[in-house]
Amino acid sequence: MTLSLDISHALPGFTLNARFEAPAGITALFGRSGAGKTSVVNAVAGLLRPDSGRITLNGSVLFDSAAGQLLPAHKRQLGYVFQDARLFPHLKVSANLVYGMRFARNRSGPTVEEVCALLDIGSLLDRHPGDLSGGEKQRVAIGRALLSRPRMLLLDEPLAALDSGRKAGILPYLERLRDDLGVPMLYVSHSVAEVARLATTVVVMENGQVTRTGPAETVLSDLRMIRPLGVREAGSILPARVVTHHPDGLSELSVSGGRLLLPQTNLQPGASTRVRILAQDVILSLQEPRGLSALNVLPAVVSELKEGEGPGVICQLRCGEDYVLARVTRRSADALKLAPGQTLYAVIKAVSVDPVDVGRG
Amino acid sequence: MTGWLGPEEWQAVALSLRVALVATVLSLPFGLLAAVALARWNFPGKGLLNGLIHLPLVLPPVVTGYLLLLAFGPQGPAGRVLADVFGVVLAFRWTGAVLAAAIMAFPLMVRAMRLAVEAVDPKLEEAAATLGASRGWVFATVTLPLIMPGLIAGAILAFAKAMGEFGATITFVSNIPGQTQTLPSAVYAFLQVPGGEAAAMRLVLISVAVSMGALLASEFLARRTVRR
Repeated sequence: MTLSLDISHALPGFTLNARFEAPAGITALFGRSGAGKTSVVNAVAGLLRPDSGRITLNGSVLFDSAAGQLLPAHKRQLGYVFQDARLFPHLKVSANLVYGMRFARNRSGPTVEEVCALLDIGSLLDRHPGDLSGGEKQRVAIGRALLSRPRMLLLDEPLAALDSGRKAGILPYLERLRDDLGVPMLYVSHSVAEVARLATTVVVMENGQVTRTGPAETVLSDLRMIRPLGVREAGSILPARVVTHHPDGLSELSVSGGRLLLPQTNLQPGASTRVRILAQDVILSLQEPRGLSALNVLPAVVSELKEGEGPGVICQLRCGEDYVLARVTRRSADALKLAPGQTLYAVIKAVSVDPVDVGRG
Repeated sequence: MTGWLGPEEWQAVALSLRVALVATVLSLPFGLLAAVALARWNFPGKGLLNGLIHLPLVLPPVVTGYLLLLAFGPQGPAGRVLADVFGVVLAFRWTGAVLAAAIMAFPLMVRAMRLAVEAVDPKLEEAAATLGASRGWVFATVTLPLIMPGLIAGAILAFAKAMGEFGATITFVSNIPGQTQTLPSAVYAFLQVPGGEAAAMRLVLISVAVSMGALLASEFLARRTVRR
């Protein structure tokens, strides 16, 4: 299932020029507010008719300005989860959930029971949307979209209206959709943390233009992406595997560059995971440190350095097969004489890794 | 009830109920169409249509009645077509009272329905479309249920207005007992003859009760729409 898109559209203030391919898995459309992300998703859904271009899903044409083709929204078989849920206020949750089923052309797909179990909404069926919390509304909206048996799910900042606790509560459900149902998703977000946790592919948008596309690990550890992502949010994703849980509340994970000890995760030993390490949480040391409280020391090689506008330097390190980013001051970089090719140690405090940043791989 | 009301009074009440009911039911589809058009569509002449619909609200009713007579009277162009093609005569018949009542009540009906249509978030209709619903389905399953309280409120208001319509009716179809003498026309007629005050007062009480009930019901439904 591949979505190909190449469109341009004049919007108030700027012109949208978007061209990318979204393969299977979760493709995150990342950018600041006003970058044109929602317009792209609306064009895919058929709610916005681009001035020109072409959109295809697995080769079938959704929109083609040259051929004068425009498939209406209701024939596209795409499930759209809006930022504001948009549940029908006059229908109970149960009727909202099955709304799209009567139109579904795809006979196979998850049943109401399966979706209720997956999203934990079985107890809400008799309620009206007005009586639901924000997180419950979003889970029902996701369920409603899934039950329309879509070829692809479009999610426009589905967690933006929620507080961090509720966000953390919904992320595992989205991972289950990705891994258990294999539904391809186009996921709009301006949160690096969400992108790092969920995305297989990342499409970065700035001022209506697509500036970078690639696998999540590559894009997020690319030094040229630090500015659009925001320097405080900069960090890398390490694919990892849970080795064991220690009785003192720590979990041991293996990464390509060694072992990591992190606060206990609820994933089973053997499960594959992905861990986001923030650049500002990494300390660099020329010698293998001794007598240090930090538990994680990974040998690494400097691959690239980039000076920021402030006092900082971002350092990309090769750590086994993967990349780790470290943000240090220019003064420290000078003192350590950091240069590409240099071998050193990346030191990561176990408790600095937020449990929300450890997701299913 | 027939014991309390004299036969002529009862006749007037029954005729008014029939005229108001038929006028309301027949205007409903047109009222809904006009409400949707004014709330949602953009087309040339939209301001003109809006003005035309609301004209009976501000014109002296006698003028509206006279215009109806000119158009739908035996010599009027529309009246002749209706009589020749459909065999329908409106002037000086109860059917004419229906037309007069419908036209006078139409602006009230459209206003209430238009507010209801405007209160529907088009984003909900977009959501229904992404779930596979065609335009017809979206209207039937999302828009219509959401505007239903407004539709009923508009219909009740129109019914009450039609019950009370006097000026245009008496000008267009006159005041023939048993044929075109509606409740307000009967009140007027009773007040013209000595000793008719008691009968007029009974009809006035009915009129006040119906109008008040309609206003309360319509307010209640309008508030329900807003709360959603």
